[in-house]
Amino acid sequence: MNGEESQWLTVLIAVLGGAIRVGTPFLFVSLGECLTEKSGRINLGLEGNLIMGAMAGYGVAWITGSAWLGVLAAGATGVVLGFVHALLCQQPRVNDIAVGIALMILGTGLAFFIGKPLIQPTAPHLPALHLGAWSDNPALRAALEINALFIVGVLLAPAMAWFFRSSRWGLAIRTVGESDDAARAMGLNVNLVRMLATMAGGFLAGVGGAFLSLYYPGGWSEGLSSGQGLMAVALVIFARWDPMRCLYASLLFGGAGALGPSLQAVGVTSGYYLFNAAPYVLTLILMIAASSTKVRSGMPGSLAAR
Amino acid sequence: MSTLALEAINVSKRFGDLQALDKVSLQLRQGSIHALLGENGAGKSTLVKCIVGFYVPDDGEVLLGERQQAIANPRDAHDLGIGMVYQHFTLIPNMTVLENLVLARPHLPAVIDWRKEREAIGARMQKMPFQLPLDVSVNQLAAGEKQKLEIVKQLLLNVKVLILDEPTSVLTPNEADEVLGRIRDMTRDSGLSVLIITHKFREVMTYADDVTVLRRGKHAGSARVADTNIKFLAELMVGSEFTSTALARESVAEQTLKLEIDTLKVADDSGKAAVKGLSLQVRGGEVVGIAGVSGNGQRELVEALAGQRPQFYGEIRIMGEAYAGQRADLLRHGFHCLPEEPLRNAAVGRMSVAENLAFRRFDRQPFSFGGWLRRGAMRAAATQAIADFNVRPPVPGIPIGNLSGGNVQRAILARELSERPNVLVVANPCFGLDFGAVSEIHARIMAARNAGTAVLLVSEDLDEILELADRILVMSGGRLVYETTPTEADPVIIGRHMAGHGEETHAH
Repeated sequence: MNGEESQWLTVLIAVLGGAIRVGTPFLFVSLGECLTEKSGRINLGLEGNLIMGAMAGYGVAWITGSAWLGVLAAGATGVVLGFVHALLCQQPRVNDIAVGIALMILGTGLAFFIGKPLIQPTAPHLPALHLGAWSDNPALRAALEINALFIVGVLLAPAMAWFFRSSRWGLAIRTVGESDDAARAMGLNVNLVRMLATMAGGFLAGVGGAFLSLYYPGGWSEGLSSGQGLMAVALVIFARWDPMRCLYASLLFGGAGALGPSLQAVGVTSGYYLFNAAPYVLTLILMIAASSTKVRSGMPGSLAAR
Repeated sequence: MSTLALEAINVSKRFGDLQALDKVSLQLRQGSIHALLGENGAGKSTLVKCIVGFYVPDDGEVLLGERQQAIANPRDAHDLGIGMVYQHFTLIPNMTVLENLVLARPHLPAVIDWRKEREAIGARMQKMPFQLPLDVSVNQLAAGEKQKLEIVKQLLLNVKVLILDEPTSVLTPNEADEVLGRIRDMTRDSGLSVLIITHKFREVMTYADDVTVLRRGKHAGSARVADTNIKFLAELMVGSEFTSTALARESVAEQTLKLEIDTLKVADDSGKAAVKGLSLQVRGGEVVGIAGVSGNGQRELVEALAGQRPQFYGEIRIMGEAYAGQRADLLRHGFHCLPEEPLRNAAVGRMSVAENLAFRRFDRQPFSFGGWLRRGAMRAAATQAIADFNVRPPVPGIPIGNLSGGNVQRAILARELSERPNVLVVANPCFGLDFGAVSEIHARIMAARNAGTAVLLVSEDLDEILELADRILVMSGGRLVYETTPTEADPVIIGRHMAGHGEETHAH
């Protein structure tokens, strides 16, 4: 094996590891957004949930000494923000996009404000599973150091797909998302279903935030999320509102996010910032691709009706 | 069989200022088809929605099998064996037929075993009056199949009383006969009782056993169909206030040339030529009717004229000046248009009636002043227009999409006729309307013509063209292929030209 080849292998392994590490928050936020959008509402505020979740998760983990309690706390802040979003959106003449943007700014600002004292202290990290212990290749070992939350997310995607397909509640959410009238004719409480779906979606986004602060990159700082919550919304469109495709798309976005750092690791420094921009470029490309009508098949009816 | 399946007694319902239902009673005999007849806005839909618990009536009661039942929501109605097929489909387009059928069940298990459901529903489907493929997504079904699916959905729930809200409005006459015929068979075979909302007399006379007529929210009369006739029902439906509104054609002295279309070519959505070099002229005080089977370029012609399809070749001139369909052109030339499907083509469904009525002039006085909209003025103008054109319900603040088809048509016509139009283009203005609304809209068009407007009427309804037009043109394959006048018109020859076989009649 010559040096050139092994370098590219290293990049490949690093991108793979990055896909898992960077992709996990995408996965949680996109599953949350998928759940919310299936009920016929768009929550752009998940970026705010993500950052609030990161801050709250880090704070609680630091105070209690338990990273897992931190994850729960992060989810709980997401539930609260989701509740606020749903409550505002179900008022007459209120637009969910506008409310989402407002809550995104609110969540971000609130997290920076409350989180100021959390920049210094060190909270316990979430444990990782060393699945690469069999290999002597340090790069591979690092790549296969997989966080338990990722496993949870990977199991969650098919579980959610099954939930939408075969459970009464899943069908209720889909019905509400497809048509208010159809749902009402079935005797469903449209606002209640949307509220629960938005709160559950908020929980998942909050957990995604906890992954950011409690595992990778780890620590609390104001630059922790760089628009990942918003990109996850684009990702849901790309995934055509299918939880399994959300999983694949998250890995793709994660891999794109890891491209810059891994190239730098092997000494490719030219165009570093350009490669770092890969996820954003990918978002743009996906948005353009998604504007063709074909991709919109699978879009919940009440979203398409706008 | 004279036991009652369902009885409504003195049901009243009020929406704001509007008394939608005023002490209406109705008796549905078991094993019969009962028609509920009335014009748009007469309260038919409100009454049945009260019966199924979609609305809670302000007063009155509903008896089911001679016992009073509190029906607070559609689920209660389900449990009591009442099923309703709404006028707008309540199917979920992105789901399959099977998923839709399963979802309709009022009490779903927490986890659904799709294999078992498919077997159970597949087996029962065999015994249904209509068979439908289970795994097809509903958005791939034709309108007729969707209507059948809605009915099957209710029948699978073992309903004893089936309520159908204008079930044939989206069906071809053949499909309507099939659906209603099968339903009548079911009332005879299995004791199903059916309440059917309609405004088609033919369906009432052919399929119903009893009929109740509503007029303006009041009970106008009930009868056995065998003991009544169309004329009597029509009088009940429209009431004594009905005087034929047909306006006489007056001769208009000064007939200036207003609208000229010169070798117009327009492409359809796929880029193929739909209008292939069409020329015509319309003078003031003249209705020019374009007859033709839909899909021969009429839609593209109207869209080009309305400015919805700005790319065209050839020339359109109004009063001798070039016209491009821009907003400024519309205002300068007094160009007005009632396109087909006005809710889609000329209105914003989620905006209020008042806002929709202000579209033409929202940025000028009196609707705007110094850059600010004056909602009070819009509302006042809308209230006036609603009263003039009899739009129901007469509430300017509700979204226009909540109005029934005929009322959307009236509202848009109110907007387009609000200032005296110079040129008026009208496309299929009476599609799906009841006869009261049709004669009213025809009278409005004729009044505009008599006042000197140049009217271009594009319609698939030859009778409408024969009634209104001064000159009749036939459009086929994107071209005008024949011209005649109402006095000389022979429907057979026109029909032949519409079908594109005009050459054989040149000898005529």
